[in-house]
Amino acid sequence: MLKEFLKKYFRRSLWVYHCNSGGCNGCDIEVVNVLTPYYDVERFGIKLVGSPRHADVMLCQGPAGRATASALKRAYEAVPEPKLVFAVGSCASGGGIWHDTYSIIGPIEKVIPVHFYIPGCPPRPEAIIYGVALALGLVEKKAVPMEYHPVKLPIVRYHPEDIHFQNGWPVYDRLEKI
Amino acid sequence: MYLLSKIRETILCLKAGRVTLPYPVNPRPVPERFRGRPLFHPDKCIGCAGCANNCPAREILIADQCQEMRVVMYLGRRCTYCGRCADLCPEKAITMSHEYENATPKIADIRQDLEIWMGTCQRCGRCFKNAGPLDQLMMKGYRFDDLSAELWVYRSRAYLDKEPVVKDIDIELG
Repeated sequence: MLKEFLKKYFRRSLWVYHCNSGGCNGCDIEVVNVLTPYYDVERFGIKLVGSPRHADVMLCQGPAGRATASALKRAYEAVPEPKLVFAVGSCASGGGIWHDTYSIIGPIEKVIPVHFYIPGCPPRPEAIIYGVALALGLVEKKAVPMEYHPVKLPIVRYHPEDIHFQNGWPVYDRLEKI
Repeated sequence: MYLLSKIRETILCLKAGRVTLPYPVNPRPVPERFRGRPLFHPDKCIGCAGCANNCPAREILIADQCQEMRVVMYLGRRCTYCGRCADLCPEKAITMSHEYENATPKIADIRQDLEIWMGTCQRCGRCFKNAGPLDQLMMKGYRFDDLSAELWVYRSRAYLDKEPVVKDIDIELG
């Protein structure tokens, strides 16, 4: 659904507004690094603009602080529809390392809706380009959740069929993995 | 003079050549010591919960579901990739991978859930690290000393006896 929405409304150049709501400035430097000739994102039509009223995309850094949450919300409301919000860095996507302090509400998704998360502290410039390219449909998503559920109980007495005998003594193969 | 400086500038700019990296088309390697997303190895993990106790972002959660199963959940939302979990893991079950392209529309895509089978503490009944073969040799508990010959038999419980000493289970060994 998000993909169709992106294809319909974000076919052309994205203008990016870059909004820091109390981060440590590390992600800001990486975002500025993306605009350098080495990682030239203007070839994708991505341009940094100074006002949220000109922008299509918000790149948010930093957690939603108690003092900055209202300003963040006002900046989000100033972006004209349709709009995309990127949470850049672990502060914006998860609340950061000081997530439980008195002055921080948490991740920015508690204040404004977030469409894409770019975790990292700070994310590499390539990771930010990858996130924006993912939104534009240029690359495939790589992150998949990993789950591990052991099917067999690694207890000897539950699996007599796995036992073979060596010199008259039963040997249990899978014991080494326990 | 003005024109000369402009020409010199042009030559300097041409000398630099093309510096833009063809990133999203071609993959870009990271430095050797780069710390990316931590990857949990479920076979090596013993469930000691040292990573959870030392995670500065409190992103690794541990829950004992029953006496024998412990759930290790890595959420990774606010993980700063500091590498402390990989540093102190006694079994080196956590490796800091070189994955950095973790952008996702759903934050639940970067989590890792492990279910780890644990031993049960014989005193308190809570989850406990499974005893290895060497630990089983040292383990005090059921002993098999030869009473008639007055011999101290010191052997591992790493195999299953055909006739169990404790008559609580009966299985057929084929």
